[in-house]
Amino acid sequence: MTDEQVIEAANKALAEEFELDVERFTPEVLFREDLDLDSLDAVDMVIVLEKTFQIKIGRDPAIMQIRTVGDMHQYILGKKRELEQEQN
Amino acid sequence: MQLKRVAITGMGAISPYGKGSRLLFESMLAGKSGVRYHRELDRFSSLGPRVAGIVTGVDLMEVPRKHRRSMSPMSIYALMAAREAVAQANLNAARLADGRTGLIMGSTMGSVYTIEEFFRDYLARENLDQVKSMLFFRVMGHSVAANVAQALGISGRVLAPTAACSTSCQAIGLAYETIAFGRQDIILCGGADEYHPLTTGTFDLMLAASASYNATPEKTPRPFDRDRDGIVCSEGAGVLVLESFESARKRGAVILAEVAGFSSTCDTSSIANPDPEPLFRCMREALDDAGLQPDDISYVNAHATATVQGDIAEGQAIAMLTDACIPTSSLKGHMGHTMAASGALESIVCVEMLRNGVLLPTLNLDNPDPQCGTVNLLTTPKRQPVSVIVKNNFALGGVNCSLVLRAAKD
Repeated sequence: MTDEQVIEAANKALAEEFELDVERFTPEVLFREDLDLDSLDAVDMVIVLEKTFQIKIGRDPAIMQIRTVGDMHQYILGKKRELEQEQN
Repeated sequence: MQLKRVAITGMGAISPYGKGSRLLFESMLAGKSGVRYHRELDRFSSLGPRVAGIVTGVDLMEVPRKHRRSMSPMSIYALMAAREAVAQANLNAARLADGRTGLIMGSTMGSVYTIEEFFRDYLARENLDQVKSMLFFRVMGHSVAANVAQALGISGRVLAPTAACSTSCQAIGLAYETIAFGRQDIILCGGADEYHPLTTGTFDLMLAASASYNATPEKTPRPFDRDRDGIVCSEGAGVLVLESFESARKRGAVILAEVAGFSSTCDTSSIANPDPEPLFRCMREALDDAGLQPDDISYVNAHATATVQGDIAEGQAIAMLTDACIPTSSLKGHMGHTMAASGALESIVCVEMLRNGVLLPTLNLDNPDPQCGTVNLLTTPKRQPVSVIVKNNFALGGVNCSLVLRAAKD
């Protein structure tokens, strides 16, 4: 997957989970303030991302730092790079 | 201590007929059945019944995700019914949040579909890492009560009685007693259940579910009828607003009827098969609570679910109240057994009977079973002044409940 495909897949999966318009998933958007999602939604966000990308996130402390959609993109792309390095 | 009189000032229903308490009453008055062939049951080859009373005409997505995310269908039905009841009672948000308004609602259990979904994943992988945050809120015992209270912003007492088929009758009774005692001024009370094949399966294995009328669903269930063959399981939600007379008058609310008495007794002779004596004692105690005599009763709204033994026990218990043949019917013939919602939905129809001066018959009662006691089993609607109704619900587990509902008067 290219970075663009990863971002597109993440946006699509979360938009579907939280019943939001996928166009709202732009990098600067805040999950809590702009999308009205809370800490319980954050738990489900992890599960959705794990399922979408077949990765393990669990209780990664880095996930707690995610505030914006852009943070989420960077987190997933970071995970992707970790996996690529492991495979190499 | 002077107990307060308790009024009904609002009602709301989600039933197999659709949305609204008016639609519920008018459909029943017109003699319509809410029972249909239910294709979902075709996948269970060992199951006899193929009929159910499923809610129609309701869009679950009407409830915003913020509240819906923690709800299974039963809570959504209950919220919709509660909103209708609140609107009729003309209660505003400030009133609901003032701490003097409470909520008492129950269901038979938490959402079985949600439990099924959980175990499908859990048993396949034996891991809990895919459990979503909302699972618990949909399966917990007080799912309906908590979800409706959260969505409506009710900050007073929230209780969730659970007693299967007696659930919402108990909820109304507890609300009545809480208000009479002065602990709350207003309480939204009732119950809800969502259909799952397990409900039908449970009654089928006890040989208590209707299976002989799959080709003619509108002909079953047949409470008190010679040819009855068991329960038809249904779903829905019923909510009533109970309020002290004092509060209702101060607000200028319309008093639809009065809850005048309540009793709940336990039949310890069997966990499943009712005995007439505890049923009789329950009705008698509810009448005593209301300060009324059996001869004051205009009509008994029976629990009668169309099981062979249950209908006989209840008919005999009603006959034990008085030598006069009391007009009696069961509304299960119209829409089946809505389980934890039945007490509230049937009470709503009883209030309409009090207000409209009409007694509804038992649908599908063609040949009254003489074993069901010397009671006047109604087979056609009866126009007459209606002043006092005894409303019964009896549950597996031996939990009996009776309410006394009285026409609104000063």
